[in-house]
Amino acid sequence: MTALHTSSSDTLAAPIPLSELIPWAIFGGLLLLLAIYFVGAEQGATALFKGVYIHEFVHDGRHLLGFPCH
Amino acid sequence: MTAQLLLRGMLIGLLASILAFAFAWWAGEPNVSAAIALEEASSHGHQHGPSVEPDEEPVSREVQSTIGLFTGIAVYSTALGGIFALAYAFAQGRTGRLQGRTLALIVALCGFVALVLVPWLKYPANPPAVGSPDTIGQRTALYFGMLLISVVAMIAACLLTHQRRQHHDVWSSALSGAALYAVIVVLAWILLPGVDEVPQGFPADILFNFRLTSLGINAIVWACLGLGFGYWIEQQRRSSQTLA
Repeated sequence: MTALHTSSSDTLAAPIPLSELIPWAIFGGLLLLLAIYFVGAEQGATALFKGVYIHEFVHDGRHLLGFPCH
Repeated sequence: MTAQLLLRGMLIGLLASILAFAFAWWAGEPNVSAAIALEEASSHGHQHGPSVEPDEEPVSREVQSTIGLFTGIAVYSTALGGIFALAYAFAQGRTGRLQGRTLALIVALCGFVALVLVPWLKYPANPPAVGSPDTIGQRTALYFGMLLISVVAMIAACLLTHQRRQHHDVWSSALSGAALYAVIVVLAWILLPGVDEVPQGFPADILFNFRLTSLGINAIVWACLGLGFGYWIEQQRRSSQTLA
């Protein structure tokens, strides 16, 4: 990163190489989508865990964020 | 670099959730309570399915409307912040002179339109008491289907804009992308079945206010992401320039 520094006052940011981006996008992206799934849909139409506790706990958030709740 | 951007996006998302929660609690909860009161009043006469009785709810209304609401919004908003940051990390340096705050704002705008506004216009948020429990599977599939179509259309629109930009000016390139997105989502709006499960006599103002609040909560999250993340990026760019 430091090797790429230029002294121009209007430096354009260099693209982040895809080889660096893709692992983050896949692992980070999947974990983040899983988090959204737990807020938005778990124990509604589909369930990874038995019970109603997750659904009931985030109930108001699920409704107000716009997900179909029940 | 990616890790740093990801962490920043998630932090901004977490901060955004505080504002979004305050708004949801203030503007949204009265409508949720009103809808639940109506639901209970109407279900006293006739039972509907194996629904949970009010006195044996596993989570109290008090918990649902405070810590539960905040947890839901915080997890959602933090995760969106991370996804937003990944999109920004990909776009940065690949969009010509478009960068920093302006790029962050445009990425957030695209995210809001694709993930919130367009799905909301087809399948708007519903308070408790609206929607039959029997159709939850179908409604969930339709909602996420609409969301997926919208996201894919937005990615296609961005790629088209980027490709047209090689030989055309900014305006005509961006308008081609916007036109492609519009055609795809309008087709989806027309072709996907509608959901009409508002009970007879449900107060229109509660429904309207609830849906508007839902849009508002999401607008707060995306505005904070676009503006807050952009501000942070700009600060960093300036300080690294003074060092150089």
